[in-house]
Amino acid sequence: MSGLELLIVAGIKVIAAFAFLVLTVLVLVWVERRVVAFMQNRYGPNRAGPGGILQTLADGLKLFFKESMTPRKAQFLLYIAAPVLAVVTALLVFLVIPIGAPVTIGDTTYTLQVTDLNVGVLYILAISSLGVYAVALAGWSSGSKYPLLGSVRSAAQMISYEAALGLALVPVIMFSRTTSLAGIVEAQSGTFGGFLPAWNIVLLPSFVIFLIAGFAETNRAPFDLVEAEQEIVGGYHTEYSGMRFAFFFLAEYINLFNMAALTATFFLGGWNGPVFGPTWLQYLLPVVWFLIKSWAVVFLFIWARGTLPRIRYDQLMAFGWKRLIPVSLVWIMLAMVAIGVRRFGLPWA
Amino acid sequence: MSWFADMLGPWRGFAVTFRQMFRPKVTTQYPEEKRVKPQRFHGRHVLNRYPDGMEKCIGCELCAGVCPARCIYVRGADNPPDAPVSPGERFGFVYEINMLRCIFCGMCVEACPTEAITMTHLFEMSVTGRDDAIYTKDELLVEPDGTPRHPQPAGPLIDLGELEQGNGWLRATAPSGRAAFEGIVAWTPSATFGAEPPERGQAGTRPDDGSEGT
Repeated sequence: MSGLELLIVAGIKVIAAFAFLVLTVLVLVWVERRVVAFMQNRYGPNRAGPGGILQTLADGLKLFFKESMTPRKAQFLLYIAAPVLAVVTALLVFLVIPIGAPVTIGDTTYTLQVTDLNVGVLYILAISSLGVYAVALAGWSSGSKYPLLGSVRSAAQMISYEAALGLALVPVIMFSRTTSLAGIVEAQSGTFGGFLPAWNIVLLPSFVIFLIAGFAETNRAPFDLVEAEQEIVGGYHTEYSGMRFAFFFLAEYINLFNMAALTATFFLGGWNGPVFGPTWLQYLLPVVWFLIKSWAVVFLFIWARGTLPRIRYDQLMAFGWKRLIPVSLVWIMLAMVAIGVRRFGLPWA
Repeated sequence: MSWFADMLGPWRGFAVTFRQMFRPKVTTQYPEEKRVKPQRFHGRHVLNRYPDGMEKCIGCELCAGVCPARCIYVRGADNPPDAPVSPGERFGFVYEINMLRCIFCGMCVEACPTEAITMTHLFEMSVTGRDDAIYTKDELLVEPDGTPRHPQPAGPLIDLGELEQGNGWLRATAPSGRAAFEGIVAWTPSATFGAEPPERGQAGTRPDDGSEGT
């Protein structure tokens, strides 16, 4: 591929990824509201468009035309940079997630991810750490009490659970022997005993820890103390309105979908699944499998939100540092032992 | 093993929420589905007529006087001798209710000596301007045949049939402020409903001779 061609392909991929995420968020917000409503014996938004699916679009348009107010005590530059940073970091995470099998057109093969970094896992952890800045800056630069409280909570929560999130991924990396996301998906392509898909979900403790840390990382129930409306109004984005608020909202839901997509990629085999039929179907089916798995995890997130009450702040911290992290450390050691035994046999044998 | 049951507790919640997704919804789908309103529902007011088309309002301003929200404005005028508007000496020349101020307490209905003002079941009165919320006599007064008028056209939100539930509230009160009417049918016939049959617990019909009954 020539340099120009590379540039064009990258451009198309970036735009496609952006469009995909925005469309996903449009549907995601509606799905969340509908599902939670159904769990509470309500209908949820069902007026705009068929089944209310255009509700998010209507809300977005409304926010677009609303005034963006700035508090008098706000640090203006940081105040407007924070929502942008939130969206950018959320979008960046998605770039390395493979949403389908590589597609061959002519004699070139295109990967269905914007780029396949060989340090994909580290990249994701790094970028999602940057996301904390958006939250912390938003709360601080608003020059207001409740946003500051929200952002302090959020920073502490995200930093502590990021550790568990990263540790949960270590066994996955050890078993897949790569930190590239495409490689991790590839490593899950086989089967155990010919019929069980060789997904990393067999690393069950990792899966559970990753999921719990993911709940905390995306600031969702039962770890949504950051936005606890009953305690601190809206948390870090209390002072934001109009499009700036919409940016935070967008970032939050992109992060939710990212976390679901990452769970599917790391533990549920990514785009792996039965593939059959003509060539175009063989390219389409992996994407379908990926979407089904991601949305199943999304449903789990929504389900938890509809079920679990918010936990207390000290419980949150205690759970993160005293339970999740030690358990993941022990689990990493067990996984190491398992790998060693598989490679070198039992020490006494 | 109680610790085991304690551990399962939170997870049982997941089953509960999942099960609830398939239960019937409690929401009333409002414009399509409407709840049946109680008979004494306090909706918007109408000004009634007698069966012969005469207005019941005599312009006494008692409704305006009793109104705790001061939302009724009435000016009475002498009936023109050749073409009387109401059977009495005077009639309601101007009659306006500001629906933004009205608290729908129904004291005007209670105060009215001729049952000229009653409340309907109609409650969908949204307007796009404050001026439109002031209902004038044109909008309040029923047609000579008893059909109620409404500033907005009939549609999914405006069911003019509900306007005809005009005196349900009145039925159950001691009418006209006279204790002597207790226990008998005592409202005057109206263009909308004609002569009313007696309610449960009320006996006979109102004496036609204009006396106050027994």
